Amino acid sequence: MQKLLLLGDEAIAQAAIDAGMSGVYAYPGTPSTEVTEYVRSSREAREKGIVATWCANEKTAAETALGMSYAGRRTMTCMKHVGLNVAADAFINSSITGANGGIIFLVADDPSMHSSQNEQDSRFYGKFAMIPILEPSNQQEAYNMVHYGFDLSEKFQIPVMIRITTRLAHSRAGVVRKSSHEQNKVGLPENLRQFVLLPAIARKQYKMLVDNQPAFLKESEESAFNTYLPGKDKSLGIIACGLAYNYLIENFPERDIPFPVVKVQQYPLPEKHIRRLYEECDSLLVLEDGYPIVEEMVKGFLNLGKPIKGRLDGTIPRTGELNPNIVGAGLGFEQEETLDVPSLVAARPPSLCKGCSHIDSFTALNEVLEIYGRGRVFSDIGCYTLSALPPYESINSCVDMGASITMAKGAADAGLVPAIAVIGDSTFTHSGMTGLLDAVNDKSNITVIILDNSTTGMTGGQPSSALGKIEDICKGIGVDEDHIRVLKPLRKHHEENVQIMKEEIEYNGVSVVIPRRECIQTLNKRMRDKFKEKAKAAGK
Amino acid sequence: MKIDIILAGVGGQGILSIAATIGLAAVEAGLYLKQAEVHGMSQRGGDVQSHLRLSDKEIASDLIPFGKADMIISVEPMEGLRYLPYLKKDGWLITNTKPFINISNYPDEEKLMAEIKALPNHIALDADSVATELGSVKAANMVVLGAASPFISIEFEKLENAIRTLFGRKGEELVTLNLNALNTGRKFSMEAQK
Repeated sequence: MQKLLLLGDEAIAQAAIDAGMSGVYAYPGTPSTEVTEYVRSSREAREKGIVATWCANEKTAAETALGMSYAGRRTMTCMKHVGLNVAADAFINSSITGANGGIIFLVADDPSMHSSQNEQDSRFYGKFAMIPILEPSNQQEAYNMVHYGFDLSEKFQIPVMIRITTRLAHSRAGVVRKSSHEQNKVGLPENLRQFVLLPAIARKQYKMLVDNQPAFLKESEESAFNTYLPGKDKSLGIIACGLAYNYLIENFPERDIPFPVVKVQQYPLPEKHIRRLYEECDSLLVLEDGYPIVEEMVKGFLNLGKPIKGRLDGTIPRTGELNPNIVGAGLGFEQEETLDVPSLVAARPPSLCKGCSHIDSFTALNEVLEIYGRGRVFSDIGCYTLSALPPYESINSCVDMGASITMAKGAADAGLVPAIAVIGDSTFTHSGMTGLLDAVNDKSNITVIILDNSTTGMTGGQPSSALGKIEDICKGIGVDEDHIRVLKPLRKHHEENVQIMKEEIEYNGVSVVIPRRECIQTLNKRMRDKFKEKAKAAGK
Repeated sequence: MKIDIILAGVGGQGILSIAATIGLAAVEAGLYLKQAEVHGMSQRGGDVQSHLRLSDKEIASDLIPFGKADMIISVEPMEGLRYLPYLKKDGWLITNTKPFINISNYPDEEKLMAEIKALPNHIALDADSVATELGSVKAANMVVLGAASPFISIEFEKLENAIRTLFGRKGEELVTLNLNALNTGRKFSMEAQK
């Protein structure tokens, strides 16, 4: 079969196409974005009629996928770890409804917070929902697990989570494709009440989920993805989850690990293997990327048995992504001295692009803020969050998608004047609209600045659900039309823009200011494509 | 055979094209490969790096351990130095000397060059000027790759083929430009070692 050089994300996307998926639904979020991007740009997916949609947010995406599963077809929904917080209601309840067509929740965690506000571990969610979790250690396994995941989901009529991390999502390696699976035909669930979570039905469904736990465990214990690797030196037994196994191997170039190892890639945790390891060895070391969930489970609250080492006892640092050196140090291997970074090397934080419309918006806002003083701007998640850094230092919060508007409202209720929210167009339709409704209903004194660059910029320019709709949405929610002001963030309009912002901040009530200019990256790309097309046409 | 390479630069400078070129050549050579990239926030003008590992045996970790990289290929002089903890004591630094200045506290260029020259094994060249002379500054990354090519034990022809494959869709002009860039970089490096 053909060998492709794919990112972990892309391997998952290709596998889903090959495994007969009929639709993928997602909201962009690093490091999960490339899964849906890949399906959207795949000619094969297009020819097969596979739906690949950027949704308004992760919750709408997950629910749409669940609807497709109801109709009997295979589907996937993709999100970053914090995206699962948004989709959590759908996610947890989907474990009670169960599945009809196979459904996979692909969740990409970001330990070390390369592009995120926390490093929460999605395996907790999977355990919470009581569903099987798959955690690949390389791109080929990621590919294989999608095939297996769909089969598993249909076998037990249960959603399956595939949990990856940034390192696998954004690392490339050779992947061999398997033969493909036809798409399922549309077919209703056998029991037409399966998805009706009225208490009386939900109780039955929930009992089924609980009753299925031993079957999930058996599946996990018999799975080829969970293996017990014998070793002669029983002073230590190692549990290596997902990618951690690679870092372990890296410390033994000849692959001759003297200790017994349990390689864990499927949950529920394979009790049989873990128990054997515990019985055979004097102590255990748990290696896992993310939170110490397995370590906590094995150690137990009272920590009564043999020594269990890992992130909780400091053998491995409590926070941050693993790497070969951290694992080596955890094994007690001396780490060689390395060259130092010369002291003159300066930090180079990310910054707003040259020509970015946000630069003009924040320059204007900062001038207005001179009147009132700093500390009054609640922001959101997107490129504009970079305005927290010099030279702007305009914003004072960044918490979760949509929190700018609601936090501004809370601060206004507390008596803070002015209270200003700054939110991007895509973030506004993701989770800002309901907060704006709260503010309108309460006649709160806030100004919402919707920075409209007509795209989802930070993740690479995916289409924005808000495109062409913002004023109508604000009007529909009940914002006074006279206080919805659109402006063009360009240096030549600076004085006028400062004036408009000032007027709306001074207005006592809900006002919306919309600085609108296309993202410089998507504009450049559009121009390049246009130029290429013209050149092509001229060539013919 | 096993080569571990750190690629360094600033978001948007084309280190992923270097990675893709070496990657394609490695696949043609039948080697195993792992390449960890940086996507997302840092791509906005921040420092970016990529870990590229090639081997005739299966590769375990996507990340190169500290002190184990055979070389750092950098398209920017300060960025190459940022990853020195990854470099073997006798590893090579192959770097562009043209700074990319988008921060106010960029270090003194002479001091920067002194740090580079203090390394036992280094190749430093102004890839921007070379590429501009060849037709476009955009090929600077391929000049740097060319300079690194003598240290990468993959047949040079395979790197050339990779460029043909990668840039083929974008027209013959770009293919020629990048091939010239690769060859010029390589020649510089061979001369420098004489």
